[in-house]
Amino acid sequence: MDLEYQGIMVWVEQRGGVAKPVSWQLIGQARRLAEKIGAGVFALVQGDGVEHLAQEAIYYGADRAYLIDHPVLRDYRTEPYSISALETIRQVKPEIVLIGATYQGRDLAGAIATHLPTGLTADTTMLDVEPNPSRLLLASRPAFSEKLMATILCKKYKPQMATARPGIFEALPRDEGRTGRIIRLPFTMKEEEIATKVLEFYQDQDRVNLEDAQVIVAGGRGMGGPEGFAMLKQLADLLGGVVGASRPCVDQGWIKQTHQVGQTGKTVRPKLYIAVGISGAVQHTIGMDGSHVIVAINKDPQAPIFNVAHYGIVGEWQKVVPELIRVISAGKPAAATAGGAAK
Amino acid sequence: MHIVVCIKQVPDSREIRIDAKTGTLIREGVPSIVNPYDLHGLEAALRLKEQHGGRVTVLTMGPPMAEKALKEAISLGADEAVLITDRKFGGADTLATAYVLSEAIRKAAATWGPVDVVIAGKQTLDGDTGQVGPGIACRLGLQQLTYVERIVSVEGRRIRVERHLEDGLEVVETSMPVLLTALKEMNTVRRASLPGMLAAARYKPIVWTVADFPDIDVSKIGLKGSPTVVGRSWVPEVRKVDTTYVDGAEALWEALWRTDLPERLGWTAGEEA
Repeated sequence: MDLEYQGIMVWVEQRGGVAKPVSWQLIGQARRLAEKIGAGVFALVQGDGVEHLAQEAIYYGADRAYLIDHPVLRDYRTEPYSISALETIRQVKPEIVLIGATYQGRDLAGAIATHLPTGLTADTTMLDVEPNPSRLLLASRPAFSEKLMATILCKKYKPQMATARPGIFEALPRDEGRTGRIIRLPFTMKEEEIATKVLEFYQDQDRVNLEDAQVIVAGGRGMGGPEGFAMLKQLADLLGGVVGASRPCVDQGWIKQTHQVGQTGKTVRPKLYIAVGISGAVQHTIGMDGSHVIVAINKDPQAPIFNVAHYGIVGEWQKVVPELIRVISAGKPAAATAGGAAK
Repeated sequence: MHIVVCIKQVPDSREIRIDAKTGTLIREGVPSIVNPYDLHGLEAALRLKEQHGGRVTVLTMGPPMAEKALKEAISLGADEAVLITDRKFGGADTLATAYVLSEAIRKAAATWGPVDVVIAGKQTLDGDTGQVGPGIACRLGLQQLTYVERIVSVEGRRIRVERHLEDGLEVVETSMPVLLTALKEMNTVRRASLPGMLAAARYKPIVWTVADFPDIDVSKIGLKGSPTVVGRSWVPEVRKVDTTYVDGAEALWEALWRTDLPERLGWTAGEEA
């Protein structure tokens, strides 16, 4: 094993001092990998006024947080972010660097890997390590429209880098009892040296935060049109969730693409996923089968969605969904055991 | 303005099937297409040329059959198209590919004049990484603006674009030379005109091999120059779970209360969840 490079570094992506959930998810996964090989987990926090995120990173499982807090890092820009990340990586020498496969994350990872240079695996959905002494990162990702999974290895270069899809890995519970060191690093770049200026940011008003939702109520082709989605919204609101959809609904224009779950949409793993009128093609299920509890409502008992569903109702959604809204509105069912959590 | 567009010929992955027995790809009969995002990049380049003058050079690295992709680019209005091909370039991962393309862009600049804008698709259908664009920008010291949804304006050496992000739109301005990666939302790709098709039929793409790059570092190209290798590959299995069928909404709601969901989601008795 290469003694020079040790530890797993995770980039903490943030906007306006708010971290993207994928950052904590990757710290959780880094922790799991680190336990296998006896390595440390390091967070890389960049921004302006983001010291609290260095602390949060420790609460989420990092042993150390490297903090580069500087006015030029207020907005993400490739140049200052990649330069300060490179300085940190060259100094700390982690054996693995993990970055969320978001737009900014992919932008940054591509720049860093080229400068180092090292190998970079994009958009991974499985991350594992070989035990000591090899400590090789096994970075696996779907290929050819999710029809094949492939493990990519980077044997001769360090650090081994990967971007990882949001919503796949589970964050550890936030624990204020966790302790770790925050290491502030200097950064000397000046605003005049940076050609790129972020002029404005328009938050998407129709934005649906599928990846962070605890409950998703998703509609499919069986909805038959855009009208039924209002009812799904009602059900989702009742459960504190959001509305998702399968691709045919988006292609038909029944709902916006931002709601799409699956291969060309988002990968989600909420606590509760209710699939309504979704047949369950692999292109859809690949994006949701990691959900904690899956409920399928479909009139076709042969629909493949039942293969991944923990609970199934064979029936017309037009009948089932209004009833569900009614019984949920009534609160905890009388028949449920006290405390509710008993299995 | 000299605009270089990097394109790639890819198998149309939507048409690829997997042999369920062997777990291998069935590539036969799968059509080769120009990576769709690259065509949006080319369209953006052609529009920049129409508005600001200049020329559009298209580059592709690939096997000789990728000539077809270059002819398509010519039919749409590109001025020159170069095929970068050599067995020694084969087996390249994103790092090695970006290296060769950046050397080719240097050569294009030496041949047809300084390059102001490089455009690539946001990612390819087959590689699906989105890493080659940033790799080129880094190696050539270009400004890097990925996931561009719209070019807002070009004034002098400054270019302003809208980048599409998960949570909204970002308006960014930078200086040329710049690398952009294109989203589908950027534009609608034109159809080839009749004169365009005739020009493409007559056009012989320029071919550059390793020998055309006297200064290239051969340790950085092809398989040898690629840090990543593909290990195991397999056909993902769809998880199959034992489904508990319940009879109607009320039975479902009761069943859900018997799971750990009330605890995990903080459902409380008496009021709505």
